[in-house]
Amino acid sequence: MSREIATGNTACALAVKAANVDFIAVYPITPQTTISEKLADYAAAGELTGKYLTVESEHSVMSAVAAAAATGARTFTATSSQGLLYMHEILHYAAGGRLPVVMVNVNRAVCAPWCLYADHQDSVSQRDTGWLQFYCASHQEIYDSIFLAYKVAEQMEIPVMINYDGFLLSHSMLPFETLEQEVIDSYLPARQPAWRLHPQWGGTFSNVAGAAEYAAYRHKLAQDTLEALPVIKAAIAEYEELTGRPQPGLVQAGSKGGQAGGTGRTGGEGQADSESQTGGESQAEVYLLSMGSMAAEMELAAAELTKQGIPAAALKLRIYRPFPAEELAALLPAGSTLIVLDRNLAYGHSGGALLMEARSALYNSGKNIKIAGSAVGIGGQDLPVSLLIEEIRRLLEVTKS
Amino acid sequence: MSISAKLTDMPDHELIQRGTGACAGCPSPMGLRIVGKALGPDAIMVMTPSCAVASIGMMPKSCYDVPVLNVCFASAGASAAGISGALDVQIAKGVIAGPKPVVFNWVGDGGTYDIGFQGVSAAAERNDDFIHFCYNNEAYSNTGVQRSGATPLHAATTTTPAGKSEGKKSMPLLMLDHAPAYVATASIAYPQDFYKKIAKAKDIKGFRYIELHAPCGPGWKFPASETVEIGRMAVKTGAWALWEAENGALTINAPTLQLAEGKTKPSSLEDYLKVQGRFAGLMKDAAKEQAIAVMAQGIEKELADLLARSKR
Repeated sequence: MSREIATGNTACALAVKAANVDFIAVYPITPQTTISEKLADYAAAGELTGKYLTVESEHSVMSAVAAAAATGARTFTATSSQGLLYMHEILHYAAGGRLPVVMVNVNRAVCAPWCLYADHQDSVSQRDTGWLQFYCASHQEIYDSIFLAYKVAEQMEIPVMINYDGFLLSHSMLPFETLEQEVIDSYLPARQPAWRLHPQWGGTFSNVAGAAEYAAYRHKLAQDTLEALPVIKAAIAEYEELTGRPQPGLVQAGSKGGQAGGTGRTGGEGQADSESQTGGESQAEVYLLSMGSMAAEMELAAAELTKQGIPAAALKLRIYRPFPAEELAALLPAGSTLIVLDRNLAYGHSGGALLMEARSALYNSGKNIKIAGSAVGIGGQDLPVSLLIEEIRRLLEVTKS
Repeated sequence: MSISAKLTDMPDHELIQRGTGACAGCPSPMGLRIVGKALGPDAIMVMTPSCAVASIGMMPKSCYDVPVLNVCFASAGASAAGISGALDVQIAKGVIAGPKPVVFNWVGDGGTYDIGFQGVSAAAERNDDFIHFCYNNEAYSNTGVQRSGATPLHAATTTTPAGKSEGKKSMPLLMLDHAPAYVATASIAYPQDFYKKIAKAKDIKGFRYIELHAPCGPGWKFPASETVEIGRMAVKTGAWALWEAENGALTINAPTLQLAEGKTKPSSLEDYLKVQGRFAGLMKDAAKEQAIAVMAQGIEKELADLLARSKR
């Protein structure tokens, strides 16, 4: 294990290099590009275990990696924003085809108008493609999520999209710990596909299906996506045990005052006060749910609100698809308030995608949880803690009216 | 090149089984039979939406006896590249036993000339290791015959009911200008020529392009029994030219060569057009004579250009 100080995109590329990947296809787009460049450097130096192919569009990127995965290969690509949107057709294909591609999407706003900075409109727009979606709040999570993603994708035969915020994480230099190769190899042995596109295995893949066969196939994907939840949990637990590194869960609760769990970016990691970690008399009354890098600011906002007399704790969603509805409900005490801040817009609805998910997840919880939310940080708008607190206080008033 | 390989000398291997859902007289199964004989069983086929996919048979059945990956419409170039590259790595790692199967696309003119053009062009530029077959039936036949970039001038389709007002692009020449190791045109009416070209392509590494002229009865409006005859007429009139290029050196094949050299007179273009219902509008047009003369001039120019290129 060694400690690095590097960008989020470097953390990603280092993990991909170590994951025994067979096939990589890339196409440049900001802010993903430096991942592709790093991987090209590794390929040029003979350090990659697989083929590195530069294709002519993101549609071709996903067409290439999905087809490569059909031969049994472990595959990787990275994209952002318009690139992800351009792949949309093949995202459905890869998931429908049960091809366990792992892709990093460095979150960036979508056009029009053009904008280079972080929000989650690109990835939440792909919610119903059948991909699992992870969100990272730190460089460490980026690095660790690559191995988790392959573990889960290959077990479930469902592709995984790992998301993290453009520039905020992709280009900032922060510390993270890497793993020894033998630890990675023991966690992530070579892929063992049940079938390969090859004359030795035979078979026609994805020809025309009647309604009955098609429906059964697609319902199976929907069911297996839900069944990925315990698989992700087990993969996280195994990773924790093997690396000795505490891992955030599907949805991670900070303590009252916002410090436990930690993104490792606020200086709060490991500094949670023991009283609030044990819950009990100091349970929070207001919970602040978000995903991505803003979880760090939400922790600070929770701490500040607690100081101001509103006992608050931050919740960081790590796994968006499948949505950990029960895990979220379990973290919320009856009668508490949930404030959801989204870095995306659900047009035609107040707030964003996560607010809708949370409402839906908690509707039948019987816990009488008051919920409000809004969209912030769109197009990479700065999210200083003071702004978050102002917005959270406004939303708390909404829940009272 | 003389055409001497007899059909009966070709291997017995069949890529396509009985019971295909193709229309009577469809050139795609005819072409695939030759492909199967030339490539043998150690092959992987990639298909984009086209008649050849619609006629596979419904899941879980298939009329093809090689592994097939059905991909999305614009995906052929990249998907074949992905399969080919991933096989190279896994064979090198010893995960999959070699030798590497032949990876080939069987894609229509829509998936080659139009929506798939970018991906095929990029694969040619990268020299990815697979064969791209374009079976060119000069329209989107699978969706009910709409015009494509391969539909010729004056041909009626459901989206050009009055006849197409533009000519086709020269896709094989566009591919030749990508400088791959092998480019060839072929015709369903000349199976020995097609077979020899596939056999040649099989032994070359890198990107290879073979375009098969594939007359479509329902699309062009001629009887199912006439597919081969219409294909032969296309070649004998010069409307479809047979040639191949190895490492950029272009050779015109018989009988196109004899037309290009002026040793044989082309068959009547009007005879070729009038047996196809898609040119019925042109046949009734007052300016028919002039229009056919313009088309004949176009053929003459194309053959002259090919001849000049073959002498470079």
